[in-house]
Amino acid sequence: MALAPPITDIEQLKSHPALGRLVEWNAVAVQAAKFDRDELTIWVEKDAIREVCALLRDSTDCPFNYLADLTCVDWHPSEPRFEVVYHLLSIPKKERVRLKVRLSGSSPAIESVTSVWPAANFYEREVFDLFGVRFTGHPNLQRIMMPDNWEGHPLRKDYPVEGYR
Amino acid sequence: MTQFPAAVAEPGQDNTSNDSTLVLNMGPQHPSTHGVLRLVLEIDGETVLRVKPEIGFLHTGIEKTCEAKFYQQVVPLTDRIDYLCPMTNNLCYCLAVEKLLGLEIPPKAQWMRVLMNELTRINSHLVWLGTHAMDLGAMTVFLYCFREREDVLRFFEMVSGQRMMTSYFRIGGLALEPPLGFFEKVKKFADRFLGNIDEYEGLLTGNPIFIMRTKGVAYLSAEDAIAMGACGPTLRGSGVDIDLRRDAPYTGYENFKFNVPVRTEGDVFARYLCRVQELRESIGIVQQALAGMPEGSIKADSPKVVLPDREKMKTQMEALIYHFKIITEGFTVPAGEVYQAIESPRGEMGYYVVSDGTAKPYRVHMRGPSYANLQSLAKMCEGHLIADVIAAIGSIDVVVGDIDR
Repeated sequence: MALAPPITDIEQLKSHPALGRLVEWNAVAVQAAKFDRDELTIWVEKDAIREVCALLRDSTDCPFNYLADLTCVDWHPSEPRFEVVYHLLSIPKKERVRLKVRLSGSSPAIESVTSVWPAANFYEREVFDLFGVRFTGHPNLQRIMMPDNWEGHPLRKDYPVEGYR
Repeated sequence: MTQFPAAVAEPGQDNTSNDSTLVLNMGPQHPSTHGVLRLVLEIDGETVLRVKPEIGFLHTGIEKTCEAKFYQQVVPLTDRIDYLCPMTNNLCYCLAVEKLLGLEIPPKAQWMRVLMNELTRINSHLVWLGTHAMDLGAMTVFLYCFREREDVLRFFEMVSGQRMMTSYFRIGGLALEPPLGFFEKVKKFADRFLGNIDEYEGLLTGNPIFIMRTKGVAYLSAEDAIAMGACGPTLRGSGVDIDLRRDAPYTGYENFKFNVPVRTEGDVFARYLCRVQELRESIGIVQQALAGMPEGSIKADSPKVVLPDREKMKTQMEALIYHFKIITEGFTVPAGEVYQAIESPRGEMGYYVVSDGTAKPYRVHMRGPSYANLQSLAKMCEGHLIADVIAAIGSIDVVVGDIDR
């Protein structure tokens, strides 16, 4: 089973309900899209993320009403350094989509989506704890895995696997 | 003691506490919190006003460790995440990496994966049923469940040599052929297990004490369940019809016939009924897998990824070289990313694997179903009695290893 090359042309991918809806709403907010290994990824403008999530959740033909996962990837030392990754699932249509937002390495911050899905609460705290990405508007942005007095953010790539000694 | 209620209230929440409320610490060493889960409860008499889960006591940094290992070395780490369903974790990770590689798995390996996965579900549900019933005061069920669980653990030991940390699935197939006599033993177990489920149900389903402790307790509406990210039986108990085995089939589940039990009541009893019915469906899948088990190889034909057979290694130079290369420098995986979601006993388990084209994963993220379900706990408990918290924790079936990773 050979891997098919990824499709990155937004025009070709418009038939996907999530991308079609977003482009129709505001084409500027969509930075790029990629269809690879049967999964659609959409890169979204940082300032639009909460609106994009609310829009996809409330879409009538294919509501992405379930936040399956929220995490982050650190691309240190390249810039923009962080990518916050949202995995959405449409329970009625069984469709999935991945949203990504690029954040710069110096004091990364992004709007919280807890107002769209309360489920984002723990996930955003986890990303804050382990990557040091701040979520503005989060009701309780505290460390969740590590002790409160912990130094550093363990899942960053410049954090040694054995920890600081 | 005014600082305690402040600790329970989330910032921004209305802090209506007064002197009549009490802060009660539950866990992390409480027998009914199923591990090292800590809950801080604010109570007014017997009524729970707020619930705040404190997690992280079992955080072992598995996601960080994965980034320092070769792809194949991550498999044993995944056992330790949700230790009640090790094979489900193995499967989810292997499927994700196989999707990255574009690897095709032979039918026998796929069917064995389905078989072992359903046995894992039975194993996990039996632990849940036993401990959940014991939390609510029914001791006998625990002994019955662990009796059958022992049989399932013996099957795990037969195929993998381990009872709990199995690591039986490998990228590209299975670690070993199932031993002689394995299928007969599983068949014997499958034939009598339905009778065992009747036994458990005879002790609980019509039991007035159990019904009083569970019916109408810890209610969660479908809207809340979706918004709070609940998954698996917790979501299905609230009337949302979703099961990834049916809706997004993986590893050959499309070849099996089974029903997805859904209840609309949204209480502890509904989740109990869903899971017990799932036990029956699982045993049906086990029987189908046994009846239709194909012949053939258990490993994909991809010498650069899959370790060669022992015999070939001892007789063929080429196989020895491949073995040496895989062990010492791993295998490279084409750059890309994959989110693989499967239906674990507790709900949607997702592995997000990012590859940068080297032999070590750039990032592995585990979306644990318990982590998602735990968030709905506060919604279930607030405004109800302390004793109902115990029932609620049992009903969402948390595994702390899965939460903290």
